[in-house]
Amino acid sequence: MLTDVLTVAWKEQKTQLRQPGGKWRSLLNLIIPFGFIGLYGPFSDADWVESPFVAIMCTIFSMVFLITTIPDSFAGERERHTLPTLLASRLPDPAIILGKLIVAIGYGWGVVMLALLVGLVTANVVHWDQAPLMYAPRILFPAVILSLLSASLIALAGVLVSLRAATVQGATQTLVTALMLPGVALQVLGVVVLSQPAWRAGMRQGLDSLDFVRVALTVILVLIVLDVLLLAAAMARFQRSKLISQ
Amino acid sequence: MRETAIRVEGLSKRFGSVLAVNGLDLEVPAGIIFGFLGPNGSGKTTTINLLLGLLEPSGGRAEVLGLDVATEADDVRANTGALLEHSGIYEQMSADENLEYFGRIYRMSTAERDGRIRELLEQMGLWDRRAERAGTWSRGMQQKLAVARALLHRPAVVFLDEPTAGLDVVAASALREDLANLVANEGATVFLTTHNMAEAERLCDRVAVVRNGELLAVGHPDEIRARAGGPHLEVFGDSFSQQALTRLREQPSVASVVQQNGHLSVQLQESADTAELVSLLVEAGVRIEEVRRGQASLEEAFLAMMEEEECSLTS
Repeated sequence: MLTDVLTVAWKEQKTQLRQPGGKWRSLLNLIIPFGFIGLYGPFSDADWVESPFVAIMCTIFSMVFLITTIPDSFAGERERHTLPTLLASRLPDPAIILGKLIVAIGYGWGVVMLALLVGLVTANVVHWDQAPLMYAPRILFPAVILSLLSASLIALAGVLVSLRAATVQGATQTLVTALMLPGVALQVLGVVVLSQPAWRAGMRQGLDSLDFVRVALTVILVLIVLDVLLLAAAMARFQRSKLISQ
Repeated sequence: MRETAIRVEGLSKRFGSVLAVNGLDLEVPAGIIFGFLGPNGSGKTTTINLLLGLLEPSGGRAEVLGLDVATEADDVRANTGALLEHSGIYEQMSADENLEYFGRIYRMSTAERDGRIRELLEQMGLWDRRAERAGTWSRGMQQKLAVARALLHRPAVVFLDEPTAGLDVVAASALREDLANLVANEGATVFLTTHNMAEAERLCDRVAVVRNGELLAVGHPDEIRARAGGPHLEVFGDSFSQQALTRLREQPSVASVVQQNGHLSVQLQESADTAELVSLLVEAGVRIEEVRRGQASLEEAFLAMMEEEECSLTS
């Protein structure tokens, strides 16, 4: 099984940068996290290495990376007419899904981790008088774990969408729409809360008393549960008879 | 060695209200090229998908290499190769990488894989261009590569779904030749769908004719041709008088005479003496330029079968 997963991963990494527009998309996906996490943040303040923003940025960028790449996983194969041949091979279902997930998540998370490392070097070079600077463990741990789990979340959601989408564009639109809905709901909720002075004061009090580590651990737990559920859903949705007759 | 590569009993597949495959019964002996012929939408591709275990049958059963396609689909796919409706070539990858990927999928060792890739690409005349991106190749070259991919792991059964469809005459002919050579060398059983009758006539040891998911005939191409009737005579020339045609029709060895496009098409009984009939026509004042005697082609037999089926459906 592991050999089969690695075989699919081998092919995925070969084609990742060779899709139409793949190099430009990848370059953009590199520039933004490296610009923010690797340069802008550590340049602006030596305290960056202790800021919760590091973990938040890592999480957001790993998700953004996946949103642009994962829709191609199955919809791309369908669009390019390579899916039936892949399904007619001896590869087991889980190997096909996991091989694609590993490479997609690996790229997204790997880029962010590299940006995190570059950020640390930048911080030590720019603020050399305060060196050696190191990310606080309460920041580093959530940054590493949260970005991995959130990248996995988007990758799994993307695979679910991509399995049924006719085109990559269609899969991307569905995924973006699905991810925007909770964001829009949160914004609406924020506007409503901020419009009421009493609620606004209550929210500020609540935020001030938040323990970042506890929040991060809670989010991590929720993400693990969501990832497991989505993986099970993706495995269940991967049915050769349905994929071949689409 | 196994005698029967594929056995199909009452196989059916329904998509909603459409019955794509209807109670199909087939037996494909091992080591032959088996042609599965039918017009568009006759259920050829669906049958291949059923035999590969990619679709669940609505009824009946099928075995490939003794493996049940419904319950042992993974084993069926492990022992077969396939070129489906589209070539399935990864256009961003080189020819070499495409084959390497499938060699890895079928767990071939590096040495075995490399040797086999070289052997197949050399036979197909693609070896020198193996490092080029497959997307830059012509459709004919991509089809050849896809055939090589289907044969890479030396499968016992190979499914080829219209391998020459969309190719120009030269590319199709070259691919047919490669295919025939490869099959002769490999000893595999090939299940080939096509609606190119000349291709089937040239390549296939046995053919089955399907329409609307139903089997109309199965046998050697000669047997299928024979179903369209006995030998026939084509007489080219002029002065085909009514008297000449009447005398010809009176002959017991003549089944029917049709005058069309300036020539006579004469359907004969098996025992007909062609020389005698030609003499009769000359005596009746017909000026003969050319006479051809032959059997109906597979295409003519196929069209006759389609017409018969059409008539039985409308009556």
